[in-house]
Amino acid sequence: MAERPEDLNLPNAVITRIIKDALPEGVNISKEARSAISRAASVFVLYATSCANNFAMKGKRKTLNSGDVLAAMEEMEFQRFVTPLKESLEAYRREQRGKKEATEQKRKDKDKKTDSDQEKNREEETVEDDDRLEEENPNDENEVDK
Amino acid sequence: MAYRPGKSSSGGGESRLVSLPLSRIKLIMKSSPDVSSINQDALVLTAKATELFVQYLAMYSYKHGSGKEKKALNYDDLSSTVDESETFQFLADILPKKILASECLKMLKSEENEEGEEEEEVEEDEEEDKEEDDDTDS
Repeated sequence: MAERPEDLNLPNAVITRIIKDALPEGVNISKEARSAISRAASVFVLYATSCANNFAMKGKRKTLNSGDVLAAMEEMEFQRFVTPLKESLEAYRREQRGKKEATEQKRKDKDKKTDSDQEKNREEETVEDDDRLEEENPNDENEVDK
Repeated sequence: MAYRPGKSSSGGGESRLVSLPLSRIKLIMKSSPDVSSINQDALVLTAKATELFVQYLAMYSYKHGSGKEKKALNYDDLSSTVDESETFQFLADILPKKILASECLKMLKSEENEEGEEEEEVEEDEEEDKEEDDDTDS
């Protein structure tokens, strides 16, 4: 929970950079305008959250999901955000998937190493080893999914 | 300055999708009393939406504002956007239009004459406006 009112502010440096990126180069943004936009952004978050939460409550869900946020945008008359937001969400999911695959790949490489170690011992106890490998694989997948 | 892999940085590395800190966005969202939990997708979307909102508010106010010739974005451009555009109405309380004290007094007097019963309410409004101005000046 936020303890001080400043906790609900967004970082000024980031807000300023977003404003500058949106406007043509060389536009001077007054200090007063910056802090006003920053406050407006915090209020926007609260407004969007409360709208999204209404949709979640209608659906009898306790957790806000992406559909709730998108529905909130329509409700707030920011339909123009919906398409770029969907694209961002796709990109975010792709990125997450990429990260997941990278860790999966690392895990596989590691497994291969241990596999080849085990192969050396195989000649002596082939049957037991095979059983153990089969048991290990489904466990691995479960861990990755978490 | 700390290195920030934003969209303006050229070459190498993946560009960050959201530049606002997710932890802060989450804190603001959770400060809403009815909200119990938020999934990661919803959090990322809200952060991104806030970014789009900041861009839109700035761009809209600059385009429709008075400072275009001077290449400036000022408070008054923002408050007139809020005043004029239906979509930005929800910001009316935190981005009030500034008026001169003399105009305010004149308005108060005429209102007093017309409807003396609502005197108290008007006084409260005036105090709120003053507070707002102090905030923005700091």
